[in-house]
Amino acid sequence: MTTEKIADRQIEFDEDGFLANREDWTEELAQELAYMEDVGQLTDKHWKVIRFMQAEYDEKGDAPSIRKLNKESGVSTKELYQLFPKGPAKKAAKIAGLPKPKGCI
Amino acid sequence: MTNLNAETAYAGATASEAPKPIEKVSIIISKGSLDGVYPGLIMANGARMEGIEATLFFTFFGLEAVINKRMDELKVSTVGNPAMHIPTMIGGLPGMSSFATKKMKDEMEKLDIPPVREFIEMIHDTGAEIYVCKATVDMFGLEEDDFCEEVDGIINVGTFYEKSAGAEIIFT
Repeated sequence: MTTEKIADRQIEFDEDGFLANREDWTEELAQELAYMEDVGQLTDKHWKVIRFMQAEYDEKGDAPSIRKLNKESGVSTKELYQLFPKGPAKKAAKIAGLPKPKGCI
Repeated sequence: MTNLNAETAYAGATASEAPKPIEKVSIIISKGSLDGVYPGLIMANGARMEGIEATLFFTFFGLEAVINKRMDELKVSTVGNPAMHIPTMIGGLPGMSSFATKKMKDEMEKLDIPPVREFIEMIHDTGAEIYVCKATVDMFGLEEDDFCEEVDGIINVGTFYEKSAGAEIIFT
């Protein structure tokens, strides 16, 4: 568990470096996390993925697989890797304030 | 639980020698059964999900997974596989392999593991490169047109090693 000061707030992260408390998540924090993850300025496409991941997590208890993301959110695998370079599932989950995804696919 | 593995590996090592994360993998798929192909595909896709560069190299019967006419028809092998818990004599009966294949495909669909063709397409979309082994292509009398469009080329072993520079090579 680590604490970091982001935009004048003390934010706690779990041992995987993911947000420890979902209540801490705000859209502003998401943007800060995106800069920290080298994703940069979040666009509408990014938000589409983030919202989809959050909804899926709330319903199923785990972040969706890339396949599911691609089939149901309408963002293709290629786009996903462009939006969140170097590890889309993990990065999108992190920015969305969710824990590290458990799935393999 | 103490990690004996880590203790052994780093006994005597200084703090500055922390293990370096894997940056690149080259995965060889040499088997043509459904259960022979999936582990390599899952590892390649998993690598890309972690931001690790991945190259897939199909050789020998592994080529079945990228041959247009065959890739949708891969089967689980029920003979000579003790982990299937089917006696070999029974595993050899007509229909057993198809039955086991159907069961496995159903289970995989539940886990959201895509069928081979879709998986290959998905892995290629992640930016991973896909190659087939020239010696096998020649041996089986195949041509470039026989492969699915995701195949980036037919290469020899030497080129495979060149493309694997700096990578961990994983043989499946």
